[in-house]
Amino acid sequence: MSSVRRSIGSRLVLERSDFPRLLEGLGIRGYVTVGPVVRDGAIVYGPISRVEDLPIGWTDRQEAGTYRLERRDDGALFGYTVGPHSWKKYLFPAHERLWTAERSPEGFHILPRSEPEPRYAFLGVRACELAAIRIQDRVFDGAFKDPGYHQRRSEAFRIAVQCTQAGNTCFCASMGTGPRVEADHDLALTEILTGSAHYFLVDVGSERGAELATDLPLRPATEADIRAVDDLLEKTTASMGRTMNAVGLRDLLLGRPEHSRWTDVGKRCLTCTNCTLACPTCFCSTTEEVPDLDADRVERWRRWDSCFTLGFTHQGRTSVRTSASSRYRQWLTHKLASWHDQFGTSGCVGCGRCITWCPVGIDITEEVAALRKEEPVAVSAGGTR
Amino acid sequence: MREFAAELATGTGDPGPYAPFPHRVISRTKETADTTTLVLAPVGGGKGARFSPGQFNMLYAFGVGEAAISMSGDPSEEGTLVHTVRAVGNVSTALSRLGPGDVVGVRGPYGKGWPVDQMRGKDVVVMAGGLGLAPLRPVIYELYAHREDYGRVEIIYGSRSPAELLYYDEIQSWRTRTDTRFQVTVDSADRNWYGDVGVVTQRVPDARFDPARTIALMCGPEIMMKLSAQALEARGIAPSDIWLSMERNMKCAIAQCGHCQFGPYFICRDGPVLPYARIRPFLAVREV
Repeated sequence: MSSVRRSIGSRLVLERSDFPRLLEGLGIRGYVTVGPVVRDGAIVYGPISRVEDLPIGWTDRQEAGTYRLERRDDGALFGYTVGPHSWKKYLFPAHERLWTAERSPEGFHILPRSEPEPRYAFLGVRACELAAIRIQDRVFDGAFKDPGYHQRRSEAFRIAVQCTQAGNTCFCASMGTGPRVEADHDLALTEILTGSAHYFLVDVGSERGAELATDLPLRPATEADIRAVDDLLEKTTASMGRTMNAVGLRDLLLGRPEHSRWTDVGKRCLTCTNCTLACPTCFCSTTEEVPDLDADRVERWRRWDSCFTLGFTHQGRTSVRTSASSRYRQWLTHKLASWHDQFGTSGCVGCGRCITWCPVGIDITEEVAALRKEEPVAVSAGGTR
Repeated sequence: MREFAAELATGTGDPGPYAPFPHRVISRTKETADTTTLVLAPVGGGKGARFSPGQFNMLYAFGVGEAAISMSGDPSEEGTLVHTVRAVGNVSTALSRLGPGDVVGVRGPYGKGWPVDQMRGKDVVVMAGGLGLAPLRPVIYELYAHREDYGRVEIIYGSRSPAELLYYDEIQSWRTRTDTRFQVTVDSADRNWYGDVGVVTQRVPDARFDPARTIALMCGPEIMMKLSAQALEARGIAPSDIWLSMERNMKCAIAQCGHCQFGPYFICRDGPVLPYARIRPFLAVREV
């Protein structure tokens, strides 16, 4: 096995029976491995200490407003798509202390950050999720660096998994983010189950990945293995449950703030914030000031916020967006249009979480298709420009 | 800000861009019933951060929280920061109650200010409504300090009532200068008021400027700015020469928290001062 070359670009094969060695290798290197686990009737992300923690033999069935776990008839480790969690819960935690301050003769001083950041290994990162991390990098790791995010992000070991099946709410192919893993992975796995064979094609994506691979019993991939992967990815692309035409969306959405579809979706939207919490790129947050009892020590916490809340944007004491339609418009227009102005990319990766986890099944691809329809001038003339 | 951050990082670990820096309140002036001006200096001395007129800081009341407040002082003065605060929410109320010797946290300066470089050699129209005068005062200091660098200068300041006028004595002294017209108007007043009554937009038709070479600056309630911009545009000033200072709540001031978005713009990063030409489409839509 030592004769097999392990370097960036290497394509190797890991047998399913040797998969525990991968987890051991991560553990030896001090990583806290997190990945998919079954909890509360869904596949979410949590700590992984052994291969049996993974959702072996499970799959998910998703539709607008629906998510169900089902048994597979095989022992696949990654035979499902994305669940309600995303890796942002580790990189941009839902609740995080930004600093602690103590009263002092000089007024107050900021205490050093004492707790070290965990070194995560992310196991099972899908192509759309790598794209989502790249998008959040532009928010938290750009001109102003969030020190916690920056450290967690640069330390995190990323073991990607290529999707060998698409969900009914998936549309990564439309957004150009998947299903093939092309960048930002340390290792990328493709799970192959044929007859009695069960193995992983391993693509080495980084020096770190190559280094970890030295611990693994690997054989070089054959032409047949590579063809099997290509066939699987082709099948995934072809079976994508949703499509969205993202061409020219920026101008289209910013130019149609008075489209009647906003009113229509506003009647269905509960402004529950589920879509923003499930979204792997939504980054809005608020802060909380937490003083201790004698108010000599204060902690500043940041927690996820959502543009669907009434108080999210206000002038003085007056909410700027009182109607559900204006809040949905803010979310969708930000995600698909103004994100381009702000961060040079769409804010949508096509993972479909907002569709699946919307309690009333609002489908972003359907809303976009409706907003694309021109309206008679009389309707939109109430307006703008 | 960067220098500040580097200074603080020494020996204390990296607080990131979110840590406020202690400043002491040097003096406090009560402007109106609910509005207070604080003069701040960095604890431990030092020159403090320089700012451009129109920029803002995040002010922090210990144990209460932060609010975005524009600088309202003279940008050429080193060592102190001046902020005018209206008590509206928890944070601004706590800030308003601070007095000399108290400590307040400051981080900044943030945002893009008034287009001072573009103003040189041109006529300047300044329109302020209510507390909107505060972010304009730094640029007014600049106009008066280098008066010869500018053409005609018209300042129009409107307030709801005489009792709500800010910087009263200073305005009285500015109004004695003959090289600049500084008009003050109030929405309503009793018989003790000898000045003008009416809204700022009514002053636009007879304002003196050459529309082809004028920069207009405005800050105030959104409806006041919208109507003022329309009035100036009607007089021939190009929408790209009309600049508005926008206000939205914000938590981070560095385009990370999402609260202050206005159309595609982060008010904290792309603003608060933005040209009318760019934001007009969004001002025309309800609940943006």
